[in-house]
Amino acid sequence: MQTGRVFPPGRKENVMPKTFLIDTSRCTACRGCQLACKEWHGLPANKTKQFGWGSHQNPQDLNPNNYKLVRFSEHLEDDVVRWNFFPDQCRHCEVAPCKETGDLYREGAIVQDEKTGAILYTDGTRKFSKEQFEEIRESCPYNIPRRNEKTGILSKCTMCNDRVHKGMLPSCVKVCPTGAMAFGERGEMLKLAEERLATVKKRFPNAMLADPDDVMVIYLLTDAPENYHSFAVAAAPQSTMDRKRFLAKLARPVTRMTEKA
Amino acid sequence: MKCDRRSFLKLAGSSAACLSLTQLGVSLSPVRAYAADLKIDGAKEVFTVCPFCSVSCYAIGYVKNGKLVSVEGDPDYPINEGALCAKGAAMFTMTTSHHRVQKPMYRAPYSDKWEEKSWDWVIERIARRVKDTRDKEFVTRNKAGQTVNRIESMFLLGTSHASNEECALTHQFARGLGIVHMDHQARVCHSSTVAALGESFGRGAMTNHWIDIKNADSILIMGSNAAEHHPISFKWVLKAKDKGATVMHVDPKFSRTSARSDFHVPLRSGTDIAFLGGMIKFILDNEKYFKPYVVDYTNASLIVGKDFGFKDGLFTGYDPKTRTYDKSKWDLELDSKGVPKRDKSLKHPRCVFQLLKKHYSRYSLDKVASTTGVSEKNLLRVYEAYTATGTGTKAGTILYALGWTQHTVGVQNIRSSGIIQLLLGNIGIAGGGINALRGEPNVQGSTDHAMLYHILPGYMAMPRGDWGSYDEYNKANTPISNDPQSANWWQHKPKYFASLLKAWYGDSATEKNGFGYEWLPKVDKGEDYSYLFLFDRMYRGEITGGFFMGLNPMNSVPNTNKIRKAMDNLDWVVCSELHNSETTDNWHRPGADPKKIKTEFFLLPSAHRLEKTGSVTNSGRWLLWHAQSIKPQFKARPFGEMYVPILNKIRALYEKEGGALPEAVLKLDWPKAYDPEDLCQRINGRFTRDVVYKGKKYKKDQQVPSFAALADDGSTSSLNWLYSGSWTEEDGNKSLRRDPSQTKMQAKIGLYPNWSWCWPVNRRILYNRASVDLNGKPFNPDKAVIEWKNGKWVGDVPDGGWPPLASGKGKLPFIMHQHGMGHLFGPGRQDGPFPEHYEPAETPVDKNLFSKQLHSPCYKFVTSAPDVLAAPADPKYPIVLTTYSLTEHWCGGGETRNVPNLLEAEPQLYVEMSPELAKEKGIRNGEGVYIESARGRVEAIAMVTIRMRPLKVHGRIIHEIGMPYCFGWTTPGSGDSTNRLTPSVGDPNTTIPEFKACCVNIRKADKLTELAT
Repeated sequence: MQTGRVFPPGRKENVMPKTFLIDTSRCTACRGCQLACKEWHGLPANKTKQFGWGSHQNPQDLNPNNYKLVRFSEHLEDDVVRWNFFPDQCRHCEVAPCKETGDLYREGAIVQDEKTGAILYTDGTRKFSKEQFEEIRESCPYNIPRRNEKTGILSKCTMCNDRVHKGMLPSCVKVCPTGAMAFGERGEMLKLAEERLATVKKRFPNAMLADPDDVMVIYLLTDAPENYHSFAVAAAPQSTMDRKRFLAKLARPVTRMTEKA
Repeated sequence: MKCDRRSFLKLAGSSAACLSLTQLGVSLSPVRAYAADLKIDGAKEVFTVCPFCSVSCYAIGYVKNGKLVSVEGDPDYPINEGALCAKGAAMFTMTTSHHRVQKPMYRAPYSDKWEEKSWDWVIERIARRVKDTRDKEFVTRNKAGQTVNRIESMFLLGTSHASNEECALTHQFARGLGIVHMDHQARVCHSSTVAALGESFGRGAMTNHWIDIKNADSILIMGSNAAEHHPISFKWVLKAKDKGATVMHVDPKFSRTSARSDFHVPLRSGTDIAFLGGMIKFILDNEKYFKPYVVDYTNASLIVGKDFGFKDGLFTGYDPKTRTYDKSKWDLELDSKGVPKRDKSLKHPRCVFQLLKKHYSRYSLDKVASTTGVSEKNLLRVYEAYTATGTGTKAGTILYALGWTQHTVGVQNIRSSGIIQLLLGNIGIAGGGINALRGEPNVQGSTDHAMLYHILPGYMAMPRGDWGSYDEYNKANTPISNDPQSANWWQHKPKYFASLLKAWYGDSATEKNGFGYEWLPKVDKGEDYSYLFLFDRMYRGEITGGFFMGLNPMNSVPNTNKIRKAMDNLDWVVCSELHNSETTDNWHRPGADPKKIKTEFFLLPSAHRLEKTGSVTNSGRWLLWHAQSIKPQFKARPFGEMYVPILNKIRALYEKEGGALPEAVLKLDWPKAYDPEDLCQRINGRFTRDVVYKGKKYKKDQQVPSFAALADDGSTSSLNWLYSGSWTEEDGNKSLRRDPSQTKMQAKIGLYPNWSWCWPVNRRILYNRASVDLNGKPFNPDKAVIEWKNGKWVGDVPDGGWPPLASGKGKLPFIMHQHGMGHLFGPGRQDGPFPEHYEPAETPVDKNLFSKQLHSPCYKFVTSAPDVLAAPADPKYPIVLTTYSLTEHWCGGGETRNVPNLLEAEPQLYVEMSPELAKEKGIRNGEGVYIESARGRVEAIAMVTIRMRPLKVHGRIIHEIGMPYCFGWTTPGSGDSTNRLTPSVGDPNTTIPEFKACCVNIRKADKLTELAT
């Protein structure tokens, strides 16, 4: 697996983007991250129900009040229960399709912090029409962007960019009890990811890192991605290259695109 | 970043939730960055302790201009290292919630509304009700004519939510008034722990501590869902796993704990003794035990008297009329000096080792498998992995919680693990022990301060009618040993008891008057004043009034329908709470007519943890100080500021009017105002006159340096001897210590001896002298806890400072036991010296494969009309129900359900059931269902999951379902008490109810009224 690139081309060398490593082999789904995110961002609670749902995954999906959501997924494998937890959040793509798409309509509504690499939805996103939002959402390989129907503002994980600038960890990382979440300089995180992967592979030979070259939030998965969540890795290609895939490819450096396309 | 961030932050505002348009288009050099001020910039940081489970994570309250702006984990605290779980992470909105009870509230008899009142008004009125009740119903003598000086018709329940200082205070409050019906959460959560671990090792507490879990080579999590209920514990479980430890989870349900364990083994609720009995047999048959340890440090070699026997499921001495044993039939054989006879070859047919072998010879794999529903392969998988630690150089630890405690055999479940750990040599060592995961915010402290009817602070027996004087009490309660190798530490009990009474009655307690012993209430021998019996008496109309502090029994006590009706029979009740709960608002519960309910309700708004100063004790016995981050909001007060003025008002009334035994109330050394620091000092204890101790002069009112300084001559006072040494003249308040320094040896096992302080005497690993051989050398030098080096012990504080046994001047390592040894044979329990499998009070089977005795012959029950039980294998109730907590809510949910962010994550009562059962019953995931027991019906949403497995028991399939119990009707649409299903039956030793196993049926609901759809 190629993970050698420590910062994307075009960035100044002294700028080192930040990266999360989310090691699902350590996650206990305590939801400290989900709650800490809400509390730090002052997000109100949704009214949720088990009726017609019957799952611990609450709320059911990401929404303007939940930038982080622990997803629960269970299945049997040789009569052994596998219960996978996936603390879902924006991947802060190196080159973000949502921003690329948004920029077509309103440059600067979605921005990238060049120091941290955070992709940020500003107040300006309220100027996107609903249709434009749908395109932005469609462009995201991970189905992350959400729109507040009342204000029109788009929302998702902020990487706790303010905290990061002050040398603090993102809320979700700081609160994590088991070290399922790590955050730091990209080079260090990639190194840690490879080390953890090597360890986890001893028990789970099919363990993998999800799209490590393209995103700032790298998941270590012990099971097939679809056993976590439909969008655990960049959405699978359709029979022909769809728009999402195309944008994802577009977002990659040219060399990689020619290599893989 | 070189840009002038502040200049554009002014424009951006300080909200981190969303970036402002004004930030756009600002070209910054060298890089474009977007960041705002933090809400915590410039805030004062105050250390607090999370108010939920007893991992007791440290957190920091960020305060600006007297207002709380954020709460986060304390990154320096070595246990949580900045982490928090969902509940802890929600502390900010929890504290600032306007849903809280904001003012003292009053509900008049037969009224249908709350009224706001002033503090003065409620305190005055409560004092009047207490005094009138006490004067009218005070019992001077019992039926036997013994002086008992008690008030039976008034109760005080709660609470583990209180600080140590508040617990010490309210205990004194209750005993001062003569209350005997005193109990709290510890009764229903871990009372069986104290009885079982106390019997096994001498002290009733978690033997090791959170960080120490990382030292284990093998971790058996059974009867616990640690990852969900003690989430931060898993930091340390996974650290052990990283180093190669095997983590096993044995539990009816595949939970978040199972997901992170090496493997999960489902078993039927209520069959743990069968499972563990099989392991004991496996250890003995395969000689997996650590022999030197078993021979030298356990009572394996002691000879049991000829009267002992076991037949048809009963030990000798059983009286079916009283459902009790004559325990003298289990006495040890003593030599002429009164020292127990020993056979170190372990061959004597009546030595404990041989009796143990005989007893568990019946626990064959096939019988265990058929009883528990665990396959023989899975049994062996656990037995082999876990018992591999019996070598002296490997460590195995057991983590358990309410899955073991809450059974009619709760104490014996835990005793089984005690036997296993002693056989494997796992007690006293790093990475070993039995880690009783205590579950409430200060339940270790509230247990130590004994908010329990049967004990006084520091685990001393409650005075009884037949112990008429101070001397008789001491005679009956002070053990004697003639064995020079036995420290028999409890020989010092009179010093602790005298110091307690001095602390309670001050100058009025003198040697001459037995330190005021006469004023104490006395219970009747063998009488039970715990929850189950209190509420039964309430149901029968025998209770007039009382206090609920931070406790929600109308949701969390079994057979809740009955309990809710019982409460209607009170004349008055005082509730100290954060939120309106099923208890505070019982008078207008669904189906009740307030106009027919006579009870006068006082609802006192309680301060939240961040608003309070004081100490709490974590599960690993560490004493932790929390400072006040912000003043109590609204008109809330700490418990201390309620109970101090209430009693002062009562005392004023007694001064003025006299009444029933006024001395008991008036002679109390009771503060004028609540001062947590002063109380914390008083818990440690003080000299009551100028004294020279160990060559050092101490003045009157100075702090005692340790419990060794306590005396029985009235020269010392201490509200709890276990905490002596926590606040000394020399070092001040040790719970404030934040020094991470350790010696190399200590750092190897993460002992942190200079961080805070733990009881007893800062000893981090109990019974640690069992971790070394007779010469004081560690069995496992890699993870040594203590070592005898150059004539002294190094490492942890040794459990008794005597030189090693080989010196001839040593003492056996289990110093709290009369004979100094770990108890494989435990003759002190009500239901037998060896654990034996009995079926739960409600069981899906009608025979016991191990004996003719189906149920525990001693389990406790009450007999009011609603206390019905399903017959064994009752076809109407074929399904086993187990109940549990979950990460996002705490216990009965009275607090967390009112935190919207937590309710969002777990909004409604559900029932977890297997797809097989769902198919059989025609139930689909997400549908509403009824769950019915012989006692009641509950609505829930079906959660159909492969994580519940059908079990093969007695040759047929038995289904088990599981439900949380945290939902209640005061949170509309969330569901109502699961405990309407559970039975009022309890363990014979501690009357802990059997929440974990009863029998029910389930069907699709026609209509949902308790749940929002």
